[in-house]
Amino acid sequence: MLRYISKRLLYILMTLFLIVTVTFFLMRAAPGGPFSSEKQVPPEIEKNLNEFYGLDRPWYNQYFDYLVSIAKWDFGPSFKYKGQTVNDLINEGFPVSFFLGMESLLLAISIGVLLGIIAALNHNKWQDYTAMVLAVLGISVPSFIMASILQYFLAIKLGLFPVARWESLQHTVLPALALAATPMAFIARLTRSSMLEVLSNDYIRTAKAKGLSRGQITVKHAVRNALLPVVTYLGPLSAQILTGSFVIEKIFGIPGLGSHFVTSISNRDYTTIMGVTVFYSILLLVAVLLVDIAYGFIDPRIKLAGGKKGE
Amino acid sequence: MEKLLEVKNLEVSFQTYGGEVQAVRGVSFHLNKGETLAIVGESGSGKSVTSQTIMRLIPTPPGKIKSGQIIFNGEDLVKKTDKEMEQIRGKEIGMIFQDPMTSLNPTMKVGHQIMEVLIKHQKMSKSAAKERAIELLRLVGIPMPEKRVNQYPHEFSGGMRQRAMIAVALASNPKLLIADEPTTALDVTIQAQILELMKDLQKKTGTSIIFITHDLGVVANVADRVAVMYAGKIVEMGTVDEIFYDPRHPYTWGLLASMPSLDSDDQTELAAIPGSPPDLTNPPKGDAFAPRNPYAMKIDFEMEPPMFKVSDTHYAATWLLHPDAPKVEPPEAVKKRLRKLSSNYEKPVVVKESE
Amino acid sequence: MQQIPKEMFQPAIADSREAEKISKPSLSFWKDVFIRFRKNKLAMFGLVLLILLVFMAIFGPHMTKYDYATNDLMNTNQPPSSKHWFGTDELGRDIFARTWYGARVSLFIGLSAALIDLFIGVLWGGIAGYRGGKTDEVMMRIADVLYGVPYLLLVILLMVILGQGLGTMILAMTITGWINMARIVRGQVLQLKNQEYVLAAQTLGASTSRIMFKHLIPNAMGSILVTMTLSVPTAIFTEAFLSYLGLGVPQPLASWGTMASDGVQALQYYPWRLFFPATFICLTIFAFNVVGDGLRDALDPRLRK
Repeated sequence: MLRYISKRLLYILMTLFLIVTVTFFLMRAAPGGPFSSEKQVPPEIEKNLNEFYGLDRPWYNQYFDYLVSIAKWDFGPSFKYKGQTVNDLINEGFPVSFFLGMESLLLAISIGVLLGIIAALNHNKWQDYTAMVLAVLGISVPSFIMASILQYFLAIKLGLFPVARWESLQHTVLPALALAATPMAFIARLTRSSMLEVLSNDYIRTAKAKGLSRGQITVKHAVRNALLPVVTYLGPLSAQILTGSFVIEKIFGIPGLGSHFVTSISNRDYTTIMGVTVFYSILLLVAVLLVDIAYGFIDPRIKLAGGKKGE
Repeated sequence: MEKLLEVKNLEVSFQTYGGEVQAVRGVSFHLNKGETLAIVGESGSGKSVTSQTIMRLIPTPPGKIKSGQIIFNGEDLVKKTDKEMEQIRGKEIGMIFQDPMTSLNPTMKVGHQIMEVLIKHQKMSKSAAKERAIELLRLVGIPMPEKRVNQYPHEFSGGMRQRAMIAVALASNPKLLIADEPTTALDVTIQAQILELMKDLQKKTGTSIIFITHDLGVVANVADRVAVMYAGKIVEMGTVDEIFYDPRHPYTWGLLASMPSLDSDDQTELAAIPGSPPDLTNPPKGDAFAPRNPYAMKIDFEMEPPMFKVSDTHYAATWLLHPDAPKVEPPEAVKKRLRKLSSNYEKPVVVKESE
Repeated sequence: MQQIPKEMFQPAIADSREAEKISKPSLSFWKDVFIRFRKNKLAMFGLVLLILLVFMAIFGPHMTKYDYATNDLMNTNQPPSSKHWFGTDELGRDIFARTWYGARVSLFIGLSAALIDLFIGVLWGGIAGYRGGKTDEVMMRIADVLYGVPYLLLVILLMVILGQGLGTMILAMTITGWINMARIVRGQVLQLKNQEYVLAAQTLGASTSRIMFKHLIPNAMGSILVTMTLSVPTAIFTEAFLSYLGLGVPQPLASWGTMASDGVQALQYYPWRLFFPATFICLTIFAFNVVGDGLRDALDPRLRK
């Protein structure tokens, strides 16, 4: 177990190192970026940048200092706003994004799994078709279109929800739903197909031969095994929710890290883009690691010594 | 002898892309209390479908019981609802499947999989069920059952898993145990152990067994009676002695001649049955075996043979038993075994359809 | 018992060739797949939809006299009419022309990203899987490390640095996009190369490339095809997402993504500006998804009865 986790940590560190390195050198290559000579920034920012990166020193010194800063959880100053650091931005915006993300994660998993199970148990019946049409719709509509349409109809036209902003729990429902739509559809499809596969297994026939009822078979034998692939999907799912939050937060005017990130993209706030990218990468890599560890606990066939499924 | 199970004129078919597959085409047999019946046939002969139909395990659709009765303990299982079947499956009839690797739930402890049956049918408490599960594991010959009961199937070897499957099937003392090729997926040495175990358990519990296999060699060891199936029909049925020492159907001859035996002085070559079983979407007009039958006569291609009764217990469906049929010699390997059985009638008698 | 004429009991041995005859017509694998695919109404619908979309992408822009890039400031934000079938946008450009021109751009991005992924992925995964051992170890470790890089973040970063454009977008998408394909191909090759028929071919002295192209790739074709079908919509999605972030193809080029993200801003007053591009994005992604699913189901031998 420990060996597995440390091995995985090593990979994560390698990936992170790669990301930090790539972002650093891309940033150096950016015309008009913080490292180019023809950048036009106010003197205060120039000073901040110089303090953080040491712009007049050779690149390997800059690179090494940058690595050390990241390791100290210091993401440096903003390229566009004086007196603001990337850390400020993360501290301010991330709690909001985290709350929104968790809410939609829960929505996506609970509704998605339920839809998938219902569809599989009624394979090729109307429940199956309805659930799958819903799921295909969820997959086919880009999140910004989905969010805009939900906002337009449910909030502006029908007045069921507040249109935007982040003030009460009520304000969170619509954005969380919009954010959850696509992952929910993915989970529903995944659950359905994995459930169908499990239901065709010999041990389901054994359970039937034991005289267990349909309900008992579904709950005790099918669902548990069918959810294993869904657990592995939680890693990509968090990535999906995270990137989805850029769009959703912007549309609903939510002051989260996602909307800050989008603003920094349109402002070409290079150092902020760089810092937030690194921060997000750490977040996602840790999420994937946690999912993998959790999976080892759930599936008894997996020995977390780096082994694969037993036969 | 009291009949535990009687299957009458069972017909089962499956709807597929290619049309309707008539997997079982009018099968009738019975099983006495405490007796072991072996059903033998090639893959696709309908033997597994027959056994799963008794348990009502065939998926419907695409499967369908077209006609027939399955009288178990005086009740017709064909007419039972799914809910009523739940009280039969696992409780009155236990079942063992071919592949022990896939027949146990990989993410559930073996003990728990046995306990499920006890809790459902014997209304046992969790702790009592666990006690009993340990006892059952010991009964099927698993060492250190107290430890094994908490393990997962992947921690068991193939033979051990099949033993655990037997424990599951026998957990609530069923009157009938259906074993669907229980030894096919196992090593030969393990096969013998499992067969020994089943015989031993039958002695202790007095349960009846239907033993499905494609291996005639296994049959001699375990069965009291044998039914040979071909293309969805029983072509010959009799006691073990009758099938081994006085077979009448050319298909049974073929099976016996293709079976290697240690006692034969390896001079006789093993004879394969040429060709392959017919496509059951369009069963042939006459005897389904005729195209592969070296003894076939014109009538075999025209009309299905009736069931002839050779003795009180011995039936065979072949035109060779008709009084007008020419006398033929069975293959060498079979001829060497032939014995005169005193119970035979003077002449084979045609069984009436209604019987 | 009915009387049976005696001559019926004459021996009549069936032709031995008759006994060996396979009575069911045998279907080649792909024919069988096609039959099953055709039975799937949703997948067939998707296929027809795709053909129509491609047809319109080719001929659509020529069906109207308006050009996709010409401004007409006298006729801005016109609703759909007999003149402008899909209406006009804020610069008076014809949305019908832009939609089908955008279809070209969006489909081009989707297809070329999928093809590049396919090329690199099959090569990388095929070599890793076939060579096995150390080569496999090293190649897949590289892929693992790259796979950990969050896809969209990297794409955003690249687009910010490299600047907007069709080429940079495809480059950004494929820089880690091929890994999925590589993993799938490797898995397939690993599984297939130990099958008896491949071992048999090796024993008979077939060359590596022959085994690769005659035995491994054709048998892995199913999974490859499905993965590819499903990676096209991912690219189209990404394009739309990037457009919304302001990183789409530069003006006056039109893509469904840029049109939809412009349309979103105008949703309240000029809904048709969102409606047309959004509908076609959804239809395209829908079509690719159902075709991919249909293919997968048709290829899955476990569903064969």
